[in-house]
Amino acid sequence: MADQKFQTPAFREYRDNPAIQIGAMSHSQPFIAKPEHNEPLGFPGELVENWEQKAVEKLGDLLDKNRALRVYLDSCVKCGACTDKCHYFLGTGDPKNMPVARQDLLRSLYRRHFTLAGKIFPGLVGAKDMDKEMLDDWYKYFHQCSQCRRCSVFCPYGIDTAEISMAAREIMDHIGVGQKYSNEILAKVHKIGNNLGLPKPALADTLEGLEEDVEEDTGVAVKFPLDVHGADVLLVTPSADFFAEPHVDGLIGYGKVFHQAGINWTVSSYASEAANFAMFIGSYEQMHKVANRIRKAALDLGVKRIVFGECGHAWRVAYSFLNTLAGPWDFLDPKYPVPQHILEVTNGLIKSGGIKLDAQANDDKVLTFHDSCNVARGSRMGDVEGGQFIIPREVIKASVNKFVEMDPQTTCEKTFCCGGGGGLLTDDLMELRVKGALPRMEALKEVIDNHGVTHMAAICAICKSQFTKVMPYYGFSMDMVVSIHQLVSDAIQLGAKEEL
Amino acid sequence: MSTLSLIYAILFYAATALLVVGLALRIKLYATTPTPLKIPTMPAPLTKSGAAFRVFREVAFFESLFKSNRWIWIFAVLFHAGLALALLRHVRYFQADVWLIIELVQPFGIYGGMAMVAGLLGLWARRIVQERIRYISGPSDHLMLALLVLIGASGLNMKFLTRTDIIEVKAYFLGLLRFDIQNLPSDPALLVHLGAVAVLMIVFPFSKLLHVPGVFFSPSRNQVDDARDKRHLAPWAAPMDANREA
Repeated sequence: MADQKFQTPAFREYRDNPAIQIGAMSHSQPFIAKPEHNEPLGFPGELVENWEQKAVEKLGDLLDKNRALRVYLDSCVKCGACTDKCHYFLGTGDPKNMPVARQDLLRSLYRRHFTLAGKIFPGLVGAKDMDKEMLDDWYKYFHQCSQCRRCSVFCPYGIDTAEISMAAREIMDHIGVGQKYSNEILAKVHKIGNNLGLPKPALADTLEGLEEDVEEDTGVAVKFPLDVHGADVLLVTPSADFFAEPHVDGLIGYGKVFHQAGINWTVSSYASEAANFAMFIGSYEQMHKVANRIRKAALDLGVKRIVFGECGHAWRVAYSFLNTLAGPWDFLDPKYPVPQHILEVTNGLIKSGGIKLDAQANDDKVLTFHDSCNVARGSRMGDVEGGQFIIPREVIKASVNKFVEMDPQTTCEKTFCCGGGGGLLTDDLMELRVKGALPRMEALKEVIDNHGVTHMAAICAICKSQFTKVMPYYGFSMDMVVSIHQLVSDAIQLGAKEEL
Repeated sequence: MSTLSLIYAILFYAATALLVVGLALRIKLYATTPTPLKIPTMPAPLTKSGAAFRVFREVAFFESLFKSNRWIWIFAVLFHAGLALALLRHVRYFQADVWLIIELVQPFGIYGGMAMVAGLLGLWARRIVQERIRYISGPSDHLMLALLVLIGASGLNMKFLTRTDIIEVKAYFLGLLRFDIQNLPSDPALLVHLGAVAVLMIVFPFSKLLHVPGVFFSPSRNQVDDARDKRHLAPWAAPMDANREA
């Protein structure tokens, strides 16, 4: 790319770890939120007086509320097992992007104020007081963590840097140093109901347009209902699905599946967003508020089931947190898990014969699959351990004849983040996003070169947006990225069941 | 009873009290701090016994470290397994009638001591040679290794080079158990060995050695994957539900 101010990293021949380059990414930071982004979330508009002390107090508050934070800050032995596991370290060589070093940015303050050793011998145990330099480092490097949890897989104590970076971002929000991208989006959700700020008329318009397109394309009147009271299923999907390629092709796929299975469904304009960005900023209160829009929509519309569309972070919050945040779900049909993933629904229908797929429709493609980090390490699908790896692959294989796995060191629980997760999918972090995509791009290149892969499926709005944006930097076409339900959409046999 | 015997007696009583009380308080703190959300690193076991087995594999075999880095795993296993054997060998100093199992473990305890020191030296070498680990190492990380190596080396030294009167050492520790201070031999190797052990006991609850209780309390390892089936709610978070519109 001609206009770029940074070098796209070269593919590494033997996947060697980069030599450390101190300060390599010390210039990278996202735009700081303005008062109008912070205040709607109840955060101070700008850096508060006495912020050094306020930060310590907030850390103390979080330590009392979250066992994980306390245990993780205490337990690290600096063994180094995580140091080569983060995609941002592999792509940048900046040592502060090694998970342990990132944790230490917060741990140094923790040790200074909450441990005896740090109070008595700060220099010995790396304990430091909060100052401008520390805050700057926090803002930069806690926004170079996509909270993908890859490091937590490899840590002998399961230390999850995501928990640490969420806590750090929560502390920063409480002293008035928010990240514009996430906070602006959250304010939009509270006001309008989705991250993109699409109001009801725009949604209605989009969905109507989809109905026309699909009918024109297939001759079948597939409905894309909005705010229909008494529908059986409330579909909650990332708002990107209403908006842009390749996301929207996935939404078309969901619609066709529901249509063909005879499932009565609706989208809600009030809860028209699956992705809960409050997770990125580590705010339980915000996450609770956003999640309860879904509860309200389900009650108002009188649905029996909740189904989530393809979205990684959304599915982590949905699968792992929604019951906590917005449950209990005793008013829904107990026959179905709450919530369900659209892939669970589709796979169930494929198995039961409720829908039929003709994989030949995708014979022009050779597929590979990118496990989205938050689905892989933050959730499950189906009723067996690891179902989140099995079900997407089963649906792909039912929709496409040619499927190739990438390097097993980069898939399933070891999958790499796309490089844009955790609140980093913003253009002010483009260099970080491009560099962080390196490990996935390398694995993709391998299957393109050796197996003629033409497309990579992903089940996350962030992965899809990130890949379409960064793949051209690596010489790949952005059209390679598809939703799984786009493949389903192409392969599904529409029409009366007896004709099929 | 010499002054030295008294000093070491006080040291060991104090170290034991700090270790036990310090660890107990820390464990209580871990146990009483809520877990607001279900955050097991997936894929995670679907049952409580499955999650317990996962933690057991982590503690007994360092499963995640095995996935992560084979060299660190080898050195870590050498050190920890060696330390476990050496500790078992030392149980005889606290038993008037030594259990059979402790008698049987005696020769392995010596190999354990060697393995322990070898593992520690391997870990230390990585800390110096491997630039990523060098970057994350602080003074306390080196000191902790130095302390453990000192314990292991001084112990091996007493086994193979400058022996001490272990009958007397045993009488001393049996005495400490019933608050009856006996005479402690004054060989330098023994005093270094015991002093270093006491220091280790004292720093245990205030250092990264908290990884020992920590691994049992790590939510990413000990939580069950059942979020959709059971509502998990922290006491501090529950009142928020009253504010929701629906």
